[in-house]
Amino acid sequence: MSGQPETASHGEGQQHPIGLYFKVWILLFVLSSMSYAVDYFHFHGYLRWTLILVFMFLKAGLIISVFMHFAWEPSTLKLALGLPVITIIVFIAFMAIEADYTFLSRLTFMSGGT
Amino acid sequence: MASTPAVNTKSSYWQSLVTDWSADREVFKLSWGKLMMWIFLLSDTFIFSVFLIGYMNVRMSATDSWPLTSEVFALHVGGADIPLLLIAIMTFILITSSGTMAMAVNCAYQRNKAATFKLMIATAILGASFVGMQAFEWSKLILDEGVRPWANPMGAAQFGSAFFMITGFHGMHVSIGVIYLTVVAIKVLRGHYDEKGFQIVEITGLYWHFVDLVWVFIFAFFYLW
Repeated sequence: MSGQPETASHGEGQQHPIGLYFKVWILLFVLSSMSYAVDYFHFHGYLRWTLILVFMFLKAGLIISVFMHFAWEPSTLKLALGLPVITIIVFIAFMAIEADYTFLSRLTFMSGGT
Repeated sequence: MASTPAVNTKSSYWQSLVTDWSADREVFKLSWGKLMMWIFLLSDTFIFSVFLIGYMNVRMSATDSWPLTSEVFALHVGGADIPLLLIAIMTFILITSSGTMAMAVNCAYQRNKAATFKLMIATAILGASFVGMQAFEWSKLILDEGVRPWANPMGAAQFGSAFFMITGFHGMHVSIGVIYLTVVAIKVLRGHYDEKGFQIVEITGLYWHFVDLVWVFIFAFFYLW
């Protein structure tokens, strides 16, 4: 799929066979239907969350690497854009810990209020 | 000059990376327009991340139960409530528009101006219909269900503010994208890029695919979670 052994065609810009776009397009449709099915068939708990995340990351990966041609961009750009994004994970962890603390404080001091 | 021995691919990857960064020349072998769009999209990534993280924070810390999105966004079709139907349609519309955009980029590099124009306008129309459906969704939520940024009848008060902020900001991006696409499409047709080259279509496409990309995350975290 996205791992085709072609390199970026320099010259004017990114040029890739139209068939590749069609394949990714169909895959995105299938993945979206599957993530919708997760809700439609009422999956719950960890199974639901895992499936949502798997389909989400697969879709995001396909859009970024093929539609946005990220897979064929120079490694300097990959590094410059990829590294800062990692900090988001740190931020998520911080805010999750903070939210947990707020939640427990509310339970303790506001007698289950909002 | 001594010939360099064949290095394995892994070390040559890192070596070339270091060379690219440390050599006394351009680091990014890209046109500035494309590079600037990527940098802009990186900053936009942070904006949407902050919104989604803020939503995570208020949802985790809310002591009231969070409204069931599957029911809130259900559509009543043919005597039955179909969960998230409108959202699913909106998702498919956005993916379709991403596909037409990718085709437009392809046609632009083949210098097929008529096809590029048609595909870009098709993308813009799909984007506009997405915004239209979002307007419908908002009015349904505000008028029929009584959702406000500060309160709602279904549960945790934070639901409204998170919903309006995240989908509103995304809708604004789609609206701007529709205008951007239309402007570039008209310029393509008028021959504005005949000499400059058609990379502008790829750059516009980057923005449009990013809008689709953000929706993937909103769909997963806000509507499905």
